[in-house]
Amino acid sequence: MPDVKPTLRQFIIDNFLFGDDNGLADDTSFLEEGIIDSTGMLELITFLEETFSIQLDDEELIPENLDSINNLVSFLSKKQVVQQPQ
Amino acid sequence: MTPFSKDLLNLDPEAEAARIAESIRSIMRNDLKRRGLVVALSGGIDSSVTAALAVKALGESRVFGLEMPERHSAAETLSLSGMVARHLNIQTAHEDISGMLEAFGFYRRYDAAVQVVIPEYGPDWKSKIVTSDIMESKGFSLFSIVAQPPMGEAVKKRLPLKAYLEIVAATNFKQRTRKMLEYYHADRLNYAVAGTPNRLEYDQGFFVKQGDGAADVKPIAHLYKSQVYQLAEYLGIPEEIRTRLPTTDTYSLPQGQDEFYFALPYDKMDLCLYGKNNGYPPAEVAESVSLTPEQVQRVYEDIDTKRKTTRYLHLPPVLAATVPEIKFDAP
Repeated sequence: MPDVKPTLRQFIIDNFLFGDDNGLADDTSFLEEGIIDSTGMLELITFLEETFSIQLDDEELIPENLDSINNLVSFLSKKQVVQQPQ
Repeated sequence: MTPFSKDLLNLDPEAEAARIAESIRSIMRNDLKRRGLVVALSGGIDSSVTAALAVKALGESRVFGLEMPERHSAAETLSLSGMVARHLNIQTAHEDISGMLEAFGFYRRYDAAVQVVIPEYGPDWKSKIVTSDIMESKGFSLFSIVAQPPMGEAVKKRLPLKAYLEIVAATNFKQRTRKMLEYYHADRLNYAVAGTPNRLEYDQGFFVKQGDGAADVKPIAHLYKSQVYQLAEYLGIPEEIRTRLPTTDTYSLPQGQDEFYFALPYDKMDLCLYGKNNGYPPAEVAESVSLTPEQVQRVYEDIDTKRKTTRYLHLPPVLAATVPEIKFDAP
């Protein structure tokens, strides 16, 4: 699997934090820290689907999979993302 | 602390109505300096009670009601709002906003956004947005469109980001068009505009910014919805309105507020919000709302999430630097 962490981190910083990482750690909860709300979650889902050419099912859309950089990395690894980010 | 029960939401309607009426008079006199109030009448409980309180405060000759249906409005909306106006003996104007929405491209934009997920969707279909049930799923709140052809079964599709945003943005034309007309009549009469949110809607951000969220005074924003019903009975609001199920009356298919926004029907939502606001642990609230303590805990968390995510809706325009000469003290 390609190293997706830098791609994810950059997307979160660019899209939600306007370029300032604001202390964002790999285990920072997007929801608890108020970085991503429900509309932001839709943006994240769209980003994942388009960037990694995957389809997310409703039951996969849970905090354990999506609510931090670490959770995203392990979720993508479970999804066996093999494609390089677009 | 008083043991938790639904009776905690009981108020003395006579005293509360008198207190609100006095407050409205004081706000008109000291803050707004306008001669009366415009109230948009939807035929629902909140606008009916707000109009009745305005009449109690200012007299029927200083309250102007507005009925503003459009193509998708429920059939009973007009008959019920007319009933309230007659009951209160206030002057009203009837403004069908369908033509304005047509000119804004609302119907075309809305249909095109739905067609992204349901290509066969057309103007003769009916639809609404629903959210995932936070009591059932442990996932994020996601939105789906439910659409029904004239002669067929409804279909449900999860909405991708762009279609969801477009549908909400287009639909917000309705609330903003109505608000524009409320201010037209208010300016014409030298009146102010009364907003009609109850506490659940106000606290949880269930309104459109610069749409139904815009107003000069919000007389029932501190009252739980159950308390609005108590006032309605005291104020003699017709029974048909008091027994009607709360609806958003925003989409062409009937949509309950609890399937679009709130986790629970209003009476249970009220109790959870009251319990949370007054420091009752979930286990003490659970029995009164027929839920488990874990479910009440989830509702408590959802209340916090909505407060956080809708803060933007409450914010007035934020300045990049202060202008000390312009001071604003909230009443």
